Amino acid sequence: MISKDVVEKVAKLSRLHLEEEEIAQYADQLNQILDTMAGLQQIDTDGVAPLAHVLPIENVFREDEVGECFTQETVLANAPEQSNGMFQVPKIV
Amino acid sequence: MEYEVVIGCEVHVELKTKTKIFCSCPTDFGGEPNTHVCPVCLGLPGTLPVLNKKVLEYAIKAGLAMNCEIAHFSKFDRKNYFYPDLTKAYQISQFDLPICKNGYIDIETSEGKKKIGITRIHMEEDAGKLVHQGATITTSAGSLADYNRAGVPLIEIVSEPDMRSAEDVLAFLTNLKAIIEYTGVSDARMEQGSLRCDVNLSLRPAGQKEFGTRAEIKNLNSFRAVERVIKYEIDRQTDILESGGKVVQETRTWDDGKGMTFSLRSKEDSDEYRYFPDPDLTPIIVTDAYIEELRASLPELPQVKRARMIEEDGLPEYDAGVITASKALADFYDGVRAHYDDAKKISNWIMVELLAKVNAEGMELEAVKIQPEQMAALLKLVDSGDISGKIAKKVFAEMFATGKDPADIIKEQGLVQISDEDALKEMVSHVVEANPKSVEDYKAGKTKAMGFLVGQIMKQSRGQANPAVINKLLAEKLDSM
Amino acid sequence: MTLSRLTIHELHDLLVSKEISATELVQEHLDRIQALDGNVKSYITVTGDLARKQAKAVDAKLAAGETIGMLAGIPMAVKDNMCTEGIPTTCASRMLEGFKPQYSATVVEKLKAEDFVMLGKVNMDEFAMGSTTENSAFFATQNPWNADCVPGGSSGGSAASVAADLAVYSLGSDTGGSIRQPASFCGIVGLKPTYGAVSRFGLIAFASSLDQIGPLAKDVTDTALILNAITGYDKKDSTSADYNYPDYTAALTGDVKGMRIGLPKEYLGEGIDPDVEAQVRAAAAKLEELGAHVEECSLPYTRYAMPAYYLIAPAEASSNLGRYDGVRYGLRAPAEDVAGMFCDTRKKGFGPEVKRRIMLGTYALSSGYYDAYYLKALKVRNLIKQDYDRAFEQYDCLITPTAPTTALRKGNNQDPLALYKSDICTIPTNLAGIPGLSLPYGTDRNGMPIGVQLSGKAFAEPALLRAAYALEQNTNLTRLKPNQGKGL
Repeated sequence: MISKDVVEKVAKLSRLHLEEEEIAQYADQLNQILDTMAGLQQIDTDGVAPLAHVLPIENVFREDEVGECFTQETVLANAPEQSNGMFQVPKIV
Repeated sequence: MEYEVVIGCEVHVELKTKTKIFCSCPTDFGGEPNTHVCPVCLGLPGTLPVLNKKVLEYAIKAGLAMNCEIAHFSKFDRKNYFYPDLTKAYQISQFDLPICKNGYIDIETSEGKKKIGITRIHMEEDAGKLVHQGATITTSAGSLADYNRAGVPLIEIVSEPDMRSAEDVLAFLTNLKAIIEYTGVSDARMEQGSLRCDVNLSLRPAGQKEFGTRAEIKNLNSFRAVERVIKYEIDRQTDILESGGKVVQETRTWDDGKGMTFSLRSKEDSDEYRYFPDPDLTPIIVTDAYIEELRASLPELPQVKRARMIEEDGLPEYDAGVITASKALADFYDGVRAHYDDAKKISNWIMVELLAKVNAEGMELEAVKIQPEQMAALLKLVDSGDISGKIAKKVFAEMFATGKDPADIIKEQGLVQISDEDALKEMVSHVVEANPKSVEDYKAGKTKAMGFLVGQIMKQSRGQANPAVINKLLAEKLDSM
Repeated sequence: MTLSRLTIHELHDLLVSKEISATELVQEHLDRIQALDGNVKSYITVTGDLARKQAKAVDAKLAAGETIGMLAGIPMAVKDNMCTEGIPTTCASRMLEGFKPQYSATVVEKLKAEDFVMLGKVNMDEFAMGSTTENSAFFATQNPWNADCVPGGSSGGSAASVAADLAVYSLGSDTGGSIRQPASFCGIVGLKPTYGAVSRFGLIAFASSLDQIGPLAKDVTDTALILNAITGYDKKDSTSADYNYPDYTAALTGDVKGMRIGLPKEYLGEGIDPDVEAQVRAAAAKLEELGAHVEECSLPYTRYAMPAYYLIAPAEASSNLGRYDGVRYGLRAPAEDVAGMFCDTRKKGFGPEVKRRIMLGTYALSSGYYDAYYLKALKVRNLIKQDYDRAFEQYDCLITPTAPTTALRKGNNQDPLALYKSDICTIPTNLAGIPGLSLPYGTDRNGMPIGVQLSGKAFAEPALLRAAYALEQNTNLTRLKPNQGKGL
């Protein structure tokens, strides 16, 4: 059961600002969704390896060779705010 | 109450690859902000990482040099957190299956020898750099993000909480730094940030088994800072415990100017990294053959080199320790040793003359102009009597300044030692005649006067007279009077 | 001549025989978009000037007597989650409104090398999360068959543009059915290739271990032709498969004699619309009639695919979408400090479904829940894959519905859970990384198209194309055209 507190904690971790009514709504919806997932807990998965990659691909590397970089102008082309060749952000704390 | 100090370290070492860990941008320092970046290290939508093979190679080499087990199966995970220096809101790191684990580093302190355990070594990417507009992070009006460092490859070396004093930690870091330097996987320079240390420190009543609550002090970038932090934290935590308080588990930062640590964030906020396997990167399978290939490619490591210098070259432990603590110094020693036999003489010159000059200039050993062959040649010139020890120091200074061959310097400045008896007899007569008082003293049994007269002759020869010949000639002269 | 109704291979022949020019062809499409897309609303961005320029280059090649590739000069549409250099790429999100990538997706580069003509970028559910295209932050797309119905999703714009003849073919992406379900709803062919067969570089990630780009086309031949162009190893994508990709048109033999086809019982019966089930059985019967061996089989873990998927996909998404923080590109909400900027930017930039999935995924990865949810889901994923591995020891392909129903009604899709269930037939193949093809096969009682799904083991695209082509050649149920009066 997901409480409002959990929703608030998860929203904070997700950096999502939620309104009061949204918190209640998400709590409801997430509980409904998680209910349907309860069935998973009944499956015996002892000895079953978690499958993170479907294809047996391994050891994909690149050589340590320098390639092209963006120009500073290109880097900052989509920047919401910039200063001195860098991305400007508001104060951290 | 008596407290025991328990310390563990997390050391971040920047690897000396040409390119970043997951893209082909250069790792070079400097450069205008945001010019060593591409869509991948900027984490732009749709871009994907591909692992630099050299990073794996270097991480394994570091692990082997620290006596670690190398994982045959390893993977990358995402460490999720939001911060403006992080382009993807996650750092690609390794969580439960690091590339290396269960190693150790030998240290030796005034308490004797011991092993400091290495829990694990894992690969990860560095974040970008934030420039704060204003005096400090807390007073700044805003910050600027430069991502040139984003994606630079790091290894994080995590030690066991095996250290009990600042001395232990400094010995550990010194040896760790030397090992890293020897393997060639990093410059390991604290001043430049290519080696950074986090210290985890806690206190427990002497004799108690359980660890106390620890504080983690982040991003120390000099040995001096490490030493000061440890002293400061021991005092701070002792005060808290003595006054009946509880140490809070938290991350603290060191203010070098104030000489204090202060709280950065408490652990609850930062603990929730939601690690999970990075679906964009494939597992890493390392074969025994590859591990052995890398093991075979490792150079002689400091501990082995040190033992060799003591056993084979007969150097004192202290000398061997100082010389092997720096790869550049040890390489220099080996270079001279290849051309010259008297190990102790080499060591004396390195420890006294070379280090004095290097320290006085505040320079890097790598920048020393003298080649090992030239150093060997200088020592041979002293042995053969071509120059005196005193002149040799003068020649050394010139070599240090210019990188010229000692023979050339001697020729240019006319510093060859004068051993010709006829030439020196004249000088001896001259000095004896000019100092009748000293001669009288000598005759009266004051042997000290002899020394004065030798000094005068050396002065006249501008140091070039062979002291042995002078001594002989002067004794003959005085005895004949 | 109504050029826009024709397929790639038909148009290619006309271009090569110089009966039409690429310029004429692109202009007809642009005119048609101008006239009809105000209703269909499939395009977010129309790149008319670029398309005309690309067409002109193809005409120049033809005039110079050069041979051209099969896709040269053929006007197409790209789902708006694939990066196109200098052209807005929005993911149908306020978050990326105005974002112009400085690089193109590998798949776009590959088509460029084939002298493609890009008409524009098409609508989708925001960040590919949804099954109706109603989650687009900009506007909903309509189903060309019926204005009251959704085109499906998330590649709803891709499907609607092709079904309405506003593009000859399109590219979509499929994480849990996002190519196949809209193809089914709109009566066209859609194929999700084997995971790793098409590079994901430049595809804006939803769930990285499931996402795959694929074609939406008017017939099976076109599907094979597009696959020829877009599959291939890409060193920029670590999960790209270094495989000897075949000429997919070689599979278009029309011969299914001796093919072994499984009909998994878990995909029939309860929860499946009877009209849909009838058509799936009819298609299976047709294949049998054509010489294939068809038998019922079982994939027992199928019913756990939906819950496993809705843990794995949101978990990956919660991490993939973290980068939209207002610092470097896209939307930024003004705020006093960085924490406020993060939270407000993401509040304003993301729609409700995206937020819901970020929350769900963050929860599933949180300490204390990781083992029970995320890790469990990965284990179940393995069981689902093992189901398939066993089935494909006996069968060359499986035949199932693409979706439990035909196109859903518009504006009636607020219950997230009900919508998640519309992906139950397509999700398992994503979890197993195997290919799935949706082929139109007749219509339901309301005249809406029904999709039949063929799936096979990894890299078995030729088997799917072979079976689909046989159905296409031997029935008149696969090349359907919407009733122009109703949806357009």
